[in-house]
Amino acid sequence: MRKGVVFLPLLQGEEELIRKSVDKALRKHEATRENLIPILLQVQEALGYLPGLAMEQIAAALKMPAVEVYGLATFYNQFRLHPPGKHQVKVCMGTACYMVGGRIALECFERRLGIKEGETTPDREFSLERVACVGCCTMAPVVVVDEHVEGKVTPTRVDGILLSFGKAIASGAEAAGKKGEGAS
Amino acid sequence: MRGNAAAVQERYLKLKAGADARVKALYSEPVIRVGTATCGIAAGALPVKEAFARAVEEKGLPAKVIEVGCMGHCYAEPLAIISRPGFPSLCYGYLDAELAARLVEDFLINDDPCYEFALVALEPNDVFPTFSDFPRGVYEQKIVLEHCGFIDPGDIDHYIARGGYGALAAALGKNPAEVLEAVKASHLRGRGGAGFPAGLKWEAAVKAGSGEKYVICNADEGDPGAFMDRGILESCPHQVIEGMLLCAYAVGAEKGYFYIRAEYPLAVERVRRALEQAREKGLLGKDILGSDFSCELEIFQGSGAFVCGEATALVRSMEGKMGIPATRPPRLAEAGYRGRPTVLNNVKTFAYVPPILNRGVEWFRSIGTEDNPGTAVFSLVGKVAHTGLVEVPMGTTLRQLIYDVGEGLANGKAFKAVQIGGPSGGCLPESALDIPIDFDSLQEAGAIMGSGGLVVLDEDDCMVAIARYFLEFTQQESCGKCTFCRLGTKHMLDILTRITEGRGEPQDLEILEELAEEVRAGSLCNLGATAPNPVLTTLRYFRDEYEAHIFEKRCPALMCKELIVYYIEPQRCSKLCNVCVGSCPVEAIYTREDGLKAIDQEKCVKCDNCLKTCPPDYNAVIKLSPPGLLAEKEGKRP
Ligand SMILES: Cc1cc2nc3c(=O)[nH]c(=O)nc-3n(C[C@H](O)[C@H](O)[C@H](O)COP(=O)(O)O)c2cc1C
Ligand code: FES
Repeated sequence: MRKGVVFLPLLQGEEELIRKSVDKALRKHEATRENLIPILLQVQEALGYLPGLAMEQIAAALKMPAVEVYGLATFYNQFRLHPPGKHQVKVCMGTACYMVGGRIALECFERRLGIKEGETTPDREFSLERVACVGCCTMAPVVVVDEHVEGKVTPTRVDGILLSFGKAIASGAEAAGKKGEGAS
Repeated sequence: MRGNAAAVQERYLKLKAGADARVKALYSEPVIRVGTATCGIAAGALPVKEAFARAVEEKGLPAKVIEVGCMGHCYAEPLAIISRPGFPSLCYGYLDAELAARLVEDFLINDDPCYEFALVALEPNDVFPTFSDFPRGVYEQKIVLEHCGFIDPGDIDHYIARGGYGALAAALGKNPAEVLEAVKASHLRGRGGAGFPAGLKWEAAVKAGSGEKYVICNADEGDPGAFMDRGILESCPHQVIEGMLLCAYAVGAEKGYFYIRAEYPLAVERVRRALEQAREKGLLGKDILGSDFSCELEIFQGSGAFVCGEATALVRSMEGKMGIPATRPPRLAEAGYRGRPTVLNNVKTFAYVPPILNRGVEWFRSIGTEDNPGTAVFSLVGKVAHTGLVEVPMGTTLRQLIYDVGEGLANGKAFKAVQIGGPSGGCLPESALDIPIDFDSLQEAGAIMGSGGLVVLDEDDCMVAIARYFLEFTQQESCGKCTFCRLGTKHMLDILTRITEGRGEPQDLEILEELAEEVRAGSLCNLGATAPNPVLTTLRYFRDEYEAHIFEKRCPALMCKELIVYYIEPQRCSKLCNVCVGSCPVEAIYTREDGLKAIDQEKCVKCDNCLKTCPPDYNAVIKLSPPGLLAEKEGKRP
């Protein structure tokens, strides 16, 4: 079971967008309980995530309590309740990757981006997630960045990936300075 | 018998003749087959494919570049097979764009097949070894993976030309009962984990009476370290479709579903395309091949919950509910999807059916062992040299699988354990390597066959950490219905976390064992009932590692972060090289007055980077456990 989620405030014009996507999904799928997952998936595909408002509207259309839709969305890993970053970083935590440093890679991203797994940077530039085996265990540890698979990701490569997106990496000195005294 | 057997056969032969002609025409000129399953794409197969295509075009050659699935040799991706009339088909690995261009020029223009880059030839010949000349080829026997990596999954004719849908055409000329009888007689056991005989399951659905029935293919593949089902769907979707249609025919279903996890977009796309093509050819939908048997297949995308791989939870999630397992009986075969009789099988289970019907029950039963006929398909990963998708007869030993098929351990490390069956399975030590691979023997040893994930672990892997990893997984994926599964696993996880962090207590192991027993007994579905397996097997075979963590605060594999420190050996540090200093993400490494490098332990985040980047000539960075060893080392500093 997954933890509760705090919804981020909507952007300007996002409400309109949500309504449109929900309507579209409801036109494609009959508003029945059986179609709830396909409807949610389609809305998520359009918006990149499932805002609370969308779930409320879908619940109303299916004549069911919103909390049930919310319960379902939090039950399945596939649904995300927070907006995706412009660049989505997914760190593989499958068995093979975990054993050869997947966690180290995840921690590096957390450190560099200043967010925890499952979060999005406040500027919505990066989001960070963990995923189960992406089927490339041969190249473990694996990180999927915007659908592009990166193999053998060491901490140095983490920096390389972020730099390639123009993310300024705090130099070691700054990072160390923040943590306390500098190196002697 | 449904409709006119002769007419059905005639229609099929016409399809076959058309497919044969197309494929023959294709291979009358050079063909380059590039492996573009997920594994290949990740390794860079798409740029390689483009490079081939570009080179072919630039040189104005009549060669065709096509996409195929996964051949199973994932360690050597990107892979391509080049077939040129007059030469044996040759498979090349570790490709990049440059090598691709060179192969086009050398092989296709200058008649030099560049044997130095070839891995293997597909057909017997006088010049280059074939699969059967390698140990792997000796042990491997492919039934489910037979066509994977050799045919274009996006072109139904490639499957038909290899005899695909022939079993369906022949079956439509027989009674459904004959198909059921053959599957029963084959003793085919379900490959989703439990090994339940497929024939009995199908028979139960037949006995459940007439009316609406469903066939569902379980492609949820939740084991976090396995990818066989995806590999099959991406590489040869038609074999699974044919198997499902045969099942539908045998049990009298007219509707079926592929339940594929949404994390597998490429598999979803390839199955969708395969279904469309089958429909166009009259192999799916109304009056298949002109018989009066109709069956429609659709895709349902699962949403990523491990428990939804469980049969009853899967069906509930298809009904739009939360995927929470239900008590059985009633079994799905009696009351499943929408309350109707439903046959649910794994991807591989269905994929066995066409070959069984084509080649006969006797043939199938001659492979493997008496109680476990056929083959076992594994995704072989971890610290093994040749990772990939492998298929060996049941009864092959783990040792043969790891050392002969997988070519032993990577990087010359020592073997420690093999993890089989994912979160429901266990870790087996060296002493268990000679047990044969089959449902029953593995269970006896404390692991399970599972759906086929096999991870090889070496001396650098901590057994407590891996037990904790799997328990964390099941704990998060527990649907929360059963108290023992929900709270018992949480309690176990807390204890394991404490142990890996050096806060274990002497009585912990006993408590773990008691909890494991309770969780096993008190859970409704197999998620909970098998969740303690990784812990129990590691406790059984690697108890000394737990004890080292608890009593000495030491991690023998040097993996648990809280129990290790990084240290730079002054005797080995070169002084002049600055690589570690530059690689440290938190500036914990500094240069001492005497030029040697040292680590500020306060700042070190144990990211392992300095150890990885220190040039092999020096290898000066080491890990110490327990952390107390550091004082000893530093005392001895020059
Ligand atoms: C927690 C859990 C997860 C499962 N995951 C899968 C899975 O990913 N794929 C699968 O085929 N079977 C899975 N199973 C087994 C199914 O319940 C079911 O037995 C199987 O799909 C039946 O197919 P078979 O008879 O062909 O093996 C899982 C079972 C449990 C308890
Ligand atoms: S475990 Fe990471 S790709 Fe398989």
